[in-house]
Amino acid sequence: MPKRTDIESVLVIGSGPIVIGQAAEFDYSGTQACRVLREEGLRVVLVNSNPATIMTDPEFADATYVEPITTEFLEKVIAHERPDALLPTLGGQTALNAAIKLDEAGILEKYGVELIGASIEAIDRGENRESFKAIVEGLPPEWGAEVAASVICHTMDDCLAGVETLGGYPVVVRPSFTMGGAGSGLAYDEADLHRIAGTGLALSPTTEVLLEESILGWKEYELEVMRDKADNVVIVCSIENFDPMGVHTGDSITVAPAMTLTDVEYQRLRDIAIGVIREVGVDTGGCNIQFAVNPEDGRIVVIEMNPRVSRSSALASKATGFPIAKIAAKVAIGYTLDEIPNDITAETPASFEPTLDYVVVKVPRFAFEKFPLADDTLTTTMKSVGEAMAIGRNFSEALGKALRSLERKGASFTWAGEPRDKAELLEIVRRPHDGRIGEVMEAIRAGATPEELFESTSIDPWFLDQLFLVQEVATQVREAVELTPALLRRAKRHGLSDAQIGELRGLREDVVRGVRNALGVRPVYKTVDTCAAEFAARTPYHYSSYDEETEVHPREKPAVLILGSGPNRIGQGIEFDYSCVHAALALTEAGYETVMVNCNPETVSTDYDTADRLYFEPLTLEDVLEVYHAEKQAGPVAGVLVQLGGQTPLGLAAGLEAEGVPIVGTQPAAIDLAEERGAFGQLLTDAGLPAPKHGTATTFPGAKRIADEIGYPVLVRPSYVLGGRGMEIVYDEQSLATYIENATEISAQRPVLVDKFLDDAIEIDVDALYDGTELFLGGVMEHIEEAGVHSGDSACVLPPITLGTEDVERIRVSTEAIAKGVGVRGLINIQFAMSAGVLYVLEANPRASRTVPFVSKATATPLAKAAARLMLGESIAELRAAGVLPAEGDGGLLPDDAPVAVKEAVMPFSRFRTYEGTYVDTLLGPEMRSTGEVMGIDTRFGNAFAKAQAGAQNGLPTRGRVFVSVANPDKRHMIFPVKRLADLGYEILATAGTATVLRRNGVEATVVPKISDHPSERTIVEMLRAGEVDLIINTPSGGESGATGRVDGYEIRTVAVGEGVSSITTIAGLAAAVQGIEALLEHSIGVKSLQDWAADLQAAR
Amino acid sequence: MSTTPTEAILVLEDGRTFRGESFGAIGETIGEVVFSTGMTGYQETLTDPSYKGQIVVMTAPHVGNTGVNDEDFESKRVWVDGYVVRDPARVSSSWRSQRTLDDQLANDGVVGISGLDTRALTRHLREQGSMRGGISSASTDVDALLAKVQDAPSMKGASFLADVTTDEPYVVPAQGEKKHVVVAIDLGLKGMTPRRMAERGVEVHVLPATATFEQVAELAPDGVFMSNGPGDPATADHQVEVLQRVLAEGIPFFGICLGNQLFGRALGRGTYKLTYGHRGINQPVQDLTTGKVEITAHNHGFAVEAPVEGTFDTPYGPARVTHVGLNDQVVEGLALLERPGFSVQYHPEAAAGPHDAAYLFDRFVDLMSDHKDKVNA
Repeated sequence: MPKRTDIESVLVIGSGPIVIGQAAEFDYSGTQACRVLREEGLRVVLVNSNPATIMTDPEFADATYVEPITTEFLEKVIAHERPDALLPTLGGQTALNAAIKLDEAGILEKYGVELIGASIEAIDRGENRESFKAIVEGLPPEWGAEVAASVICHTMDDCLAGVETLGGYPVVVRPSFTMGGAGSGLAYDEADLHRIAGTGLALSPTTEVLLEESILGWKEYELEVMRDKADNVVIVCSIENFDPMGVHTGDSITVAPAMTLTDVEYQRLRDIAIGVIREVGVDTGGCNIQFAVNPEDGRIVVIEMNPRVSRSSALASKATGFPIAKIAAKVAIGYTLDEIPNDITAETPASFEPTLDYVVVKVPRFAFEKFPLADDTLTTTMKSVGEAMAIGRNFSEALGKALRSLERKGASFTWAGEPRDKAELLEIVRRPHDGRIGEVMEAIRAGATPEELFESTSIDPWFLDQLFLVQEVATQVREAVELTPALLRRAKRHGLSDAQIGELRGLREDVVRGVRNALGVRPVYKTVDTCAAEFAARTPYHYSSYDEETEVHPREKPAVLILGSGPNRIGQGIEFDYSCVHAALALTEAGYETVMVNCNPETVSTDYDTADRLYFEPLTLEDVLEVYHAEKQAGPVAGVLVQLGGQTPLGLAAGLEAEGVPIVGTQPAAIDLAEERGAFGQLLTDAGLPAPKHGTATTFPGAKRIADEIGYPVLVRPSYVLGGRGMEIVYDEQSLATYIENATEISAQRPVLVDKFLDDAIEIDVDALYDGTELFLGGVMEHIEEAGVHSGDSACVLPPITLGTEDVERIRVSTEAIAKGVGVRGLINIQFAMSAGVLYVLEANPRASRTVPFVSKATATPLAKAAARLMLGESIAELRAAGVLPAEGDGGLLPDDAPVAVKEAVMPFSRFRTYEGTYVDTLLGPEMRSTGEVMGIDTRFGNAFAKAQAGAQNGLPTRGRVFVSVANPDKRHMIFPVKRLADLGYEILATAGTATVLRRNGVEATVVPKISDHPSERTIVEMLRAGEVDLIINTPSGGESGATGRVDGYEIRTVAVGEGVSSITTIAGLAAAVQGIEALLEHSIGVKSLQDWAADLQAAR
Repeated sequence: MSTTPTEAILVLEDGRTFRGESFGAIGETIGEVVFSTGMTGYQETLTDPSYKGQIVVMTAPHVGNTGVNDEDFESKRVWVDGYVVRDPARVSSSWRSQRTLDDQLANDGVVGISGLDTRALTRHLREQGSMRGGISSASTDVDALLAKVQDAPSMKGASFLADVTTDEPYVVPAQGEKKHVVVAIDLGLKGMTPRRMAERGVEVHVLPATATFEQVAELAPDGVFMSNGPGDPATADHQVEVLQRVLAEGIPFFGICLGNQLFGRALGRGTYKLTYGHRGINQPVQDLTTGKVEITAHNHGFAVEAPVEGTFDTPYGPARVTHVGLNDQVVEGLALLERPGFSVQYHPEAAAGPHDAAYLFDRFVDLMSDHKDKVNA
């Protein structure tokens, strides 16, 4: 049954902005799908609002729409493109929900678009709890498949009655149709139930939650399944969770393949999975199904299935070498599995089940440090922002590698100091939380037995024994008379890093490395080949192991090692993967053998066909040096590229250089110059460029002296960080003291930076290329929020909408002076602030920035590709001649009718709650907290801003009630925009003070009491909860309005998060919103593909 | 692990040597070294009589995690002649576990080796083919072991039927209503096979490999079955003769694994030794009669020579290849077109492995029912 001939064009929907629970894995799957469909000769139309993705690169689809994934905009695209089919199963829950809405609105029928990959009925059967339950219960009884006892509820009264039916607390609450388990949780009592089920009912698009018996502590498994239209079904991968039931699988440490099932039990899960998929009627494609197994008697509960490619599918693809998304796309257009070759062996078909001769461990990466008030208990709501995966020849090796891949202090096992008290530790590990595995190891050191640990954690005894094994090896390393080759090899085979061995022996890491190299104890590189070596592999997808035989092939072409960005985290996400992938594509084309090193399974960079060779390895100095060594033995190495993967590879540059590894592009000394305050300040002074007054300090008196001299407010932060980690605006001495006291990582090498904070400044971000003589200004972005909000959290617009030509010229001259002074070869990102006509330089980063993909798409220029080639020696003039860069002009000299692109940040506030159960505050500040971004692109600012808002979260309402409460300094600036809203027909609600100001300016506003007034009437919070408010404008109160003002604002903003109401927290944001609302009300907003925008721009140039 | 583990060596007939640590019994063993790629089901593998005469290399690194229980044995004992595992489990974790794998192997005298680069070994066997080899944890004298390995008989021409077959006939009763009586010739029968038939209302009379046609006919069976088993099919002349008489009489026949190879021989086809065989539970097989692909359990080092397309003539009328392995186009199933007889090279009884091919037992039952109807009509 070959490819269908009746489909010529396919609409693919992406997953939109990166949010917790839906991240880079859908860029990976969408990119694979687009590639496959185009290879098959189909016209691919793509809609995705996320500019940071590879899939939205114009070369991956025929028509790429960076437009909001809403019914309204999707209809516009469908009307314009008239695709034959819609493939909704590769863009996560977002795409699936969008397809359901299009179907409900009759749009698919109206335009004759066929849904492929899954039917609406199948989606509903899979996701609707009742029908799913019926399917599981209808399976042959000898398979023993059950569902947890449960009750469906539509109201809070249903919920209360439901708990009775289930026999009391605890119960699990699961809202229907939400992604990443949003809104779910475990209720131990009635108060919990009110809180969790209340939100769950609100979050569910069908106002439905499921209450379920608790199966906490059971073993948890997942199977990844693939089916074709001829009903051939294969299990791609089994995954076992290290953390038992109760922790969302996205937040669990997971292991592939399953480790603790006999064949009898495994085949039972396999039978059930296949049975469920057939009954649900997933026509074609990938799906996953989760199970809980009672460790006492093997009772099996089927938890859920996703009739689409999921986060686990990306993990399973990387873990096995079986490209799930690619195969899913092929079976969706009619192929059967036996007709599709296995890429890796080339000779065997895709209709088989991968078998592993290694162990894969995935560990989640959390961002609780960004939300200090948030409860870090792990529950059924996913909270991690990224993950790292590692491959080893056994569990302990893979686990050690995975933990060090997290690049977090304290993530790897440590044997320093004395362990805490055993009883205390056994109590601590009872509660699942980030870093628990380290505390389990500490408990082992403190003398805990396997039985005690199992009692506390329910972690499977086999996994616990593996931790005991690591502890035994560590003890041997510590107590041995000397480090023999056999002992070193044993330590390495159980995952200990040079640093850990050093800690155990009281040696420096580099000394251990020296000894190890001298003794010839080095890793070999094995291949991920889907078949445990049964057939020869064609794909150089490698991982290290301390085994005997290496499989790295010799080569002739010079290699370039590209260091990726590791696990996604706030501040370092998919944007950097975008740049790394581009470098691989560009350098392969330029004749190099590209070698990718990364440990993030969600990304396109770790796809085995992105670079010529892939090393799935931790990004630590030890691991990168070994990859370099292995490649050096295979052939010539041109150098290592550290500039594109964010702070992770940049942080390795100096260490690599010290070991004699050539770094291409901007040299480590130049990177240091830009980071080192004193030298950089001197550079600016020499070039005559102003910077805000600043200084560095390592103690409070030092910091106080600087602050006194330059005057408050000051911006304080640690050096060498990304994403504004630990950055704060400090208004007085007391706060400064508190900050220094809490900043634990201050040292002479890592001082605190103290800068004058520029109030009311316009912040400007620049990305540029420099080849040593010529500058190419990639783009100039004007922030919409004023200085003080982290650039990653601020909306921005390109081209700048309020800067004149001379301003841009000043920016160009300053950028060039800095690029030259620092010694950049490749990319540089500079942040400026324009205040009272003065252009201040805030900071310069000689590397790819977060905004490179946005700028590339807004200006139709592949900046990362150009950067990669610059780093390997070509010049800007040569790249212009080669057509990589435009023949004339650059991102600073855009034609007048160039499109306006707006980038908006997407925040994860709804994922985090405090220990008291309320949401964390939503105020923006200098510490970056957004997880993703969207882009709106159109002919003018208002349209583009409205699109960005529609794509980001809740969108802008076009009518209804607006609540306004602003701090005193902002009252003056809010009058015009609020008046405009009133003129456009909105009803204005305001707090007393704000209402008075508005009334005096001729704007009628209904006064709504604050909670702190303890009023008899209904407060704004109650109105919000009742769904009577459509937009919130609330700027934070400074010191004057006192504590009660702050508490009110906090409560209003957090309730708005819970209710899904947009909230604007800056006056600049308000002005932009008004323009966006005007554009929406004119109904003038159309859609246009990036390819069409690029053609226009090219013509204008 | 404070005690120093005993050193062990594995030596292949071409001289390649691996060093590791002892596992299971201490001693020395020689056999044909083969690799198995299954990630689950080590207990079923160990107790599968088809592995007699072989040293089995597990490609999955962690083996023994779920221990050993009395329910998952495929025969009364462990049959492998040596076991190669990279990371044996130190503890067992399963609610069904009754003892550790290490203890089971030590009790059954199975010599094993652990801690070596099993992937390098597998790649070597893939490139050079399965070959003789030896494991020793009694001595680390490589040359001495190599000499013994090179002196050992090859798998080609080897017969182990006398070792593995049952001494006495026995009956596995039908579950529920008894619909058919089948005589199963035990060439190394796995326990799951008669159970799969019994579940379908078949009473199974298991006879030793030496059973004559007369002993078979005496039971007036509705069908005859020949099982899997170890060794070179070219040596099983007696069983081929019995099978030829079964086919001549028109008694419905079903064969699995060695039974398939004997069926091939009975139909006049030859058998040959594969370079490194098929051993695993992830092998795609296409049923050429329906086009469907099933994921199946394999354990065979020999295969039948027959044209994959079209039909071929036999003394019992035309026959065809019904199943083919999609990885390498090896013949995986045969059927007579005008008489009731078919066989598969792989393991529809699974254990270990997926249940995709269980329909073949239904096919056998249907074949017997149809035949009965015809005879009665």
